[in-house]
Amino acid sequence: MVTTPIQFTLNGVTKSLMCEASASLLDVLRNDLGDTTPKYGCGQGTCGACTVLIDGQPILSCIFLAGRVDARSVETLAGVHDGPNLHPLQVAFMEHFAAQCGFCTPGMILAAKALLEKNAYPNREEVIDAISGNICRCTGYEPIVDAIMSVAERRGSPGDRG
Amino acid sequence: MSVLVRTCDSVREAAQLLIREKGARLLAGGTLLMRALNEGDQKISSLVIANDPFLTDIRQLGSRVQIGACATMSAILSNRDLSFLHSAAQAIGGPAVRNMATVGGNLYAPRPYGDFATALLALDATVSIQSGYSAREMTLEQFIASSERQAGAFVTSVQLSRPAAPEAFRFSKISRVKPKGISVLSIAIHAGERLGRLSNVRVAYGAMAESTMRAKAVERTLEGRVLDDAAIAAAKAVACEGCSPRTDAIATDWYRREILPIHLGRTLAELRIKKAS
Repeated sequence: MVTTPIQFTLNGVTKSLMCEASASLLDVLRNDLGDTTPKYGCGQGTCGACTVLIDGQPILSCIFLAGRVDARSVETLAGVHDGPNLHPLQVAFMEHFAAQCGFCTPGMILAAKALLEKNAYPNREEVIDAISGNICRCTGYEPIVDAIMSVAERRGSPGDRG
Repeated sequence: MSVLVRTCDSVREAAQLLIREKGARLLAGGTLLMRALNEGDQKISSLVIANDPFLTDIRQLGSRVQIGACATMSAILSNRDLSFLHSAAQAIGGPAVRNMATVGGNLYAPRPYGDFATALLALDATVSIQSGYSAREMTLEQFIASSERQAGAFVTSVQLSRPAAPEAFRFSKISRVKPKGISVLSIAIHAGERLGRLSNVRVAYGAMAESTMRAKAVERTLEGRVLDDAAIAAAKAVACEGCSPRTDAIATDWYRREILPIHLGRTLAELRIKKAS
């Protein structure tokens, strides 16, 4: 097995390790670093269950070469909470019953987080587009969209800031 | 079998690595290649990553644009000067895929993928290809038909002219799942106007043949005509000429042939509205 050294920030913590040169980031996160929040759904970049944020951008970790994450910042669901406090998106998902089996949830929350950090006041269409790469077999998507919209709505509208 | 990963700083170095090893593949966004690796493709022995800035560069060259082959769909979408390509780039996957998928990679995507290539084909794009020590240019249409798409040579950039006017170009992706879904088919039309009649008509289809294709019968039918109901009807009548769609998990070949004229007609009608406004 050919290995390569990588060093990157995972949820704010620097990680240094040797990994298989052709390993996917998903493999490294789950198997080498023990972060099982991103899920292996398809291995094809189709379902979105493996979504993580790299430098704030949603990326499909199952088709992302681990070596390319060197010197970059990776966020997974394991890092979105603030100590004992859940992230507003996690609270909203609970309140709106936006998770049933929970398999798509890590990817959905990270896709939503990336959207809200770029666009604090998305409309419903923008939310739907933001999660369009994440498949859910359980909820029918509406509770998920409602949950994300509720986080945006709680922030008020751009006019409220005036 | 271990797959090696080799990183280099220049296009030429990458080209040498690719020509030397039959199982070497250039890794761009990874949406095709990493998927193949995950599925256990034994033909891949090494991945070559080229960190040459030229490959992600987007530059204006007067009325033409040069896009590095490793520019992502997200990079296209965030570039205001490429707004005419936004509808095509937005049609590629979801946000995460668009952060990874590259312009060059889309030229190699097997059907029914390759929607961005459909848009480029209608815009008469040319490609720069590096193979070993040699570099050359050819039209995208020639590239699609050639053996250059095989391993060993790779696209380094795409060049195209802006549409004559924003209303001269229209792209449609027809999919069952919206907003993101694999194409049943895609249609791109670029048509200028001279004295109220269509000129230099280019019509390209995705997922209607082995690769993205030009609908030359439709182009000949529309050339020199006023874009009215009669012209649209005539175009629809020859819409399927030259097509060889396939049955796959998304749609049957029959279904693709059935709906192609309908969606061609709609896309032409939308183009007419754009031109009139």
